[in-house]
Amino acid sequence: MTKTAERRPVAHPPVPPLPAPAPAGRRRRRLADQARAYGFLLGGLLCFALFSWYPAIRAVVISFQRYTPGSPPEWAGTANFTRVLDDPEFADAWRNTLTFTLLALLIGFAVPFVLALVLNELRHAKSFFHVVVYLPVMIPPVVSALLWKWFYDPGAGLANEALRLLHLPTSNWTNGTDTALVSLVLVATWANMGGTVLVYLAALRSIPGELYEAAELDGANLLQRVRHVTIPQTRFVILMLMLLQIIATMQVFTEPFVITGGGPENSTVTVLYLIYKYAFLYNDFGGACALSVMLLVLLGAFSALYLRLTRTEGDT
Amino acid sequence: MTQGTRTLISPAALARPRGKALYWTVFTSVVVLFALAFLFPVYWMATGALKSPDEVARTPPTLLPEHWHPGGYTDAWELMELPRHLGNTLVQAAGAWACQLVFCTAAAYSLSKLRPAFGKVVLGGILATLMVPAQALVVPKYLTVADLPLIHTSLLNDPLAIWLPAVANAFNLYLLKRFFDQLPREVLEAAEIDGAGKLRVLWSVVLPMSRPVLGVVSIFALVAVWQDFLWPLMVFSDTGKQPISVALVQLSQNVRLTVLIAAMVIASIPMVALFLVFQRHIIAGIGAGSTKG
Repeated sequence: MTKTAERRPVAHPPVPPLPAPAPAGRRRRRLADQARAYGFLLGGLLCFALFSWYPAIRAVVISFQRYTPGSPPEWAGTANFTRVLDDPEFADAWRNTLTFTLLALLIGFAVPFVLALVLNELRHAKSFFHVVVYLPVMIPPVVSALLWKWFYDPGAGLANEALRLLHLPTSNWTNGTDTALVSLVLVATWANMGGTVLVYLAALRSIPGELYEAAELDGANLLQRVRHVTIPQTRFVILMLMLLQIIATMQVFTEPFVITGGGPENSTVTVLYLIYKYAFLYNDFGGACALSVMLLVLLGAFSALYLRLTRTEGDT
Repeated sequence: MTQGTRTLISPAALARPRGKALYWTVFTSVVVLFALAFLFPVYWMATGALKSPDEVARTPPTLLPEHWHPGGYTDAWELMELPRHLGNTLVQAAGAWACQLVFCTAAAYSLSKLRPAFGKVVLGGILATLMVPAQALVVPKYLTVADLPLIHTSLLNDPLAIWLPAVANAFNLYLLKRFFDQLPREVLEAAEIDGAGKLRVLWSVVLPMSRPVLGVVSIFALVAVWQDFLWPLMVFSDTGKQPISVALVQLSQNVRLTVLIAAMVIASIPMVALFLVFQRHIIAGIGAGSTKG
């Protein structure tokens, strides 16, 4: 204890003496406090280091390596990237993923918004609607994927039965190259819409009623009220949900893997599916990591935008 | 029927006869739409499992099973070894929940109240993982789990491969930290003056005051593991250790359709039951969490 006190002036010669020189005991206590603070932090910190930070760095490192588990990795320069870029499936996967995201945005944004708008006007059975719309979200995604795979069955599937009932021409659904992706978007929308509707409902409830009254006094009709009151008042939530949805749908995997297996003719292979194939079918971890890095950069940009927007809005 | 605040359509417009008629038309169509879009598929699944194999493949389909075949459910239970896979899922989910509650709570408490040196840097590093989409990192994460650095152990086919990565959940940790930040410092200091250690303060003061947020984090943790597919698909190559989500897909090719449908119903029951029991909290939580941003 005295030793550290003696050494102190040597270690920090230019520092002027503290107003109340800290006794060594207090410093030791501070050290003990720190040890305790890190004791509480340690478990969580280790898990983050091992399963978040380290894999992120490793993705970048391995993307420049020839990597087979068990043998020492070799540096491969940009060979992984060029190989992945030359793969004809690469363009398919990105085109499918972007189309999927765009379609999911068109359907998955407009339908829940209109639905929330209508639900907010209904004065009866509110909790029934909330429970029912959120029910598919609680069904395991694998189950909803298998369920829709059965519905889409071209023979006795419910989807074609419904079309026959309405005397409409039947569809190939997931078996047609031009309809498969849209069919998957419908599944994803059905399964995830509940969350979006509930968030919109919360946002709609927070709109002050006086705004509608004022608009009505000014002679605004229903559509004008939606356009000039509802949408501006919920703009921020709409934007947030859009970004979150883009981030989520760009990582779509379960639906194509379970329902179509990427087919027919690669029409539903997504980027994440391709990453999975590179790693577990081709045993090409370098290629898988190169793809992951590309996806990461793109999604990281969206996430950064999302966090920036929530930050700035939260401050005001 | 509660008279809430003013919405898009004025109460006066709704009180008029035409408004009333229109309201009930819209109301009925929404009920029918919801029933068809969300309830009917679930009904179709639950009854499809009760049909005979011929009946389920028949066109046009029958709305109600002609003969009730509960055999679909019992076959699924036995042929697909559902007790084992449900058990695996339960172990994985319960362990992930417990690990998250212990480690995330302790870390959030430390970051919020114990002022560790470089705490801001650590928090920044944790929040930065929110920007990194989890699924995009599954391959390097898999390689890490297959061969842990320094100790060179593999966690593949071990529930630890679910439990430990579940702790690295920045969203839940941040939720806890933000809640702890709002707890009044005086209460915690009063407990310390009474001679309570940090762990004691956490256990007897902080946690009892944090019941709501612990409930939210618990539900998120359980649902996340129960619903996950890609990660357990990668980590559990051993069929006997697979959770129900992976087993359903792996076995879907080898069983009768009615048996598969029955298994799907059984796999959905725990989460749907959880939802029905806690629906108020879950629905309120989604609304509240989002508007706060």
